Amino acid sequence: MDKRKALGIAMSLMLSAGVVAGCGGGAKETAGGDKKAAGGSGDTIKIGANLELSGGVASYGQSLSEGLDLALEEINKEGVNGKKIEVVKVDNKSDPAEATAGALKLVSQNKVVTLVGAATSTSTLSQVQIAEKNKIPLITPTGTNPDITSKAGKVNDFVFRTCFIDPFQGTVAANFASNELKSKNAAVFTETSSDYSKGLAKAFKESYAKNGGKVAAEEAYVKGDTDFRATLTRIKAANPDFVFLPGYYEEVGLIVKQAREIGLNVPFMGGDGWDSPKLIEIAGAKALNNTYITNHYSVEDSDPKVQKFVSAFKAKYKDKTPDGFAALGYDTGYLLADAIKRAGDADPVKIKDALASTKDLQLVSGKITIDAQHNPVKSAAILEYKDGKQGFKMKVNP
Amino acid sequence: MEFIQQLVNGISLGSIYALIALGYTMVYGIIKLINFAHGDIFMIGAFIGFYAITVLKLSFFPALLISMTACALFGVTIERIAYKPLRNATRIAALITAIGVSLLIEYGTIYVRGAQPEAYPSTVLPSTEFKFLGATINSQSLLILGVSLGLMILLQFIVHKTKIGKAMRAVSYDTEAARLMGINVDNTISATFAIGSALAGAAGVIFGIYYIKIEPLMGIIPGLKAFVAAVLGGIGIIPGAMVGGLLLGVIEAMVSALGYSLWRDGVAFVVLILILIFRPSGLFGKNMREKV
Repeated sequence: MDKRKALGIAMSLMLSAGVVAGCGGGAKETAGGDKKAAGGSGDTIKIGANLELSGGVASYGQSLSEGLDLALEEINKEGVNGKKIEVVKVDNKSDPAEATAGALKLVSQNKVVTLVGAATSTSTLSQVQIAEKNKIPLITPTGTNPDITSKAGKVNDFVFRTCFIDPFQGTVAANFASNELKSKNAAVFTETSSDYSKGLAKAFKESYAKNGGKVAAEEAYVKGDTDFRATLTRIKAANPDFVFLPGYYEEVGLIVKQAREIGLNVPFMGGDGWDSPKLIEIAGAKALNNTYITNHYSVEDSDPKVQKFVSAFKAKYKDKTPDGFAALGYDTGYLLADAIKRAGDADPVKIKDALASTKDLQLVSGKITIDAQHNPVKSAAILEYKDGKQGFKMKVNP
Repeated sequence: MEFIQQLVNGISLGSIYALIALGYTMVYGIIKLINFAHGDIFMIGAFIGFYAITVLKLSFFPALLISMTACALFGVTIERIAYKPLRNATRIAALITAIGVSLLIEYGTIYVRGAQPEAYPSTVLPSTEFKFLGATINSQSLLILGVSLGLMILLQFIVHKTKIGKAMRAVSYDTEAARLMGINVDNTISATFAIGSALAGAAGVIFGIYYIKIEPLMGIIPGLKAFVAAVLGGIGIIPGAMVGGLLLGVIEAMVSALGYSLWRDGVAFVVLILILIFRPSGLFGKNMREKV
């Protein structure tokens, strides 16, 4: 029985360590005598970014942060309505609880006029309540779960996004599998702890069935697993001709690598959660051949707006190629600047109204119009991995 | 075919558990301390191996040796600083200290290098696949099994045939009497920690090569699983840890094979509870009564 007690102690210690760490992060900035909302005072407009700068999906947060910084640097050359935009960043450590704490800190201590983040759906969902209650607009650059902006027909007034939503990605993937890859018998492998993964899988299954395909195997894994061979062997036994794997790069990399090792060589496909240079390091270039993803943009797109962004990004970050997250971080900066400009004032409610009326704004990831559900209407790109590089396959319109 | 493949999957996973469990069981056998920091030494070993390979550009065996040496020193340091002052304290005090040390190592690592994962370079060891009875076997999983078996045999040799091994057994049997017979108990315990931690370091490097992804909290689950494996085989018994690890790996693979992949971790701990209820001394343990 000693051992079970010990486990209990271990768990509670871990929890309290998490809480302590959460508080520690905020110690730098003090609220020092703020009497009223200071966000719009002086020559700067203060916005908050709540991003995954460390933890399981740190690569997303880092890319977003770099894209956002580049956009703000360009925007601040002229300023917005004569003011400069200043960003306060907090690290949510890829953890929804930390994201909530970070959003609270940004709103109550830093008095920001807008929140940007988080990168993942789950961490964004944990901030929605805070944004709504405090009437501060929240823009997630990459949170693709539909519930973020509107749930059961009720639109969250203050919540917006720069990316398309999960059902769209799942549907695009299902159509691609049926029409381009001629798949009839798919397997679906989801991460049970992620709203993102489940959302994509649900849309995929619906559209795939509509196209006349059959889901031969459905399996699931938990975040942080490292050995998938047993489940993959089971999937292989069901003889699928296509595997839909909506997940994040850490596990996806291991899954694809291990699938190839046990001889499961059918095409794999996922969503923007795959998009990270770490994926190639983890899976290896060879294992990634014959895999596809739906993504927000492609570096190889010849659109001059895209090419200008890519070269500006490379100039700022030592020749690093911007991934989809960097592009969306960049776009979020411009979406916000456009709204603040049209609002004429850094008042959160006015910014919200301006965001909701965004129309035909040309961004790197496409021309967007915010619809009634606060989702942008835009196109998706399908990319294929070849020898460790993403290649542009095709562009799909909604 | 599928069954054999699953067996192969389970044995590869189990060899890692076994390798970590060997160190666990040794430390317990000698000083009756459940060293919860063991899984974190395993993580440190993985990182030292990673940096040895990527920064110092070393190949597999030198990296393995550096990692084992560094982990041995690290283990001894932990023992001297955190456990030695508690030698005569209650068992629960030592246990709580071990948990504290474990958290300190985990979050200390995050503080030093951040929480983002690293990927082991895939070119360290060639990985070839070959078919055997319809199952695909990876050369790396054979290597892991080989290293685990080799280290187990070496460990048995050290414990049963060398002077330090004799001292370990004596200390484990009766610390006071061993001291009276002129055995340096402190040095013996340090040696135990050095060997146990070196094994954890080796497991870390091998894990990195086989599973590619390493991160600061990677030691928690394998550490707990290795603990289950050690209890399953009979804690303190070296061949027991080996068999317990392999068995646990195979059980987990079979649970996934039946389509309950989400229950895998749960089943591992059910095994722990069942073994504690029905055979607390483990599969290889004898029920010994203390004479008065």
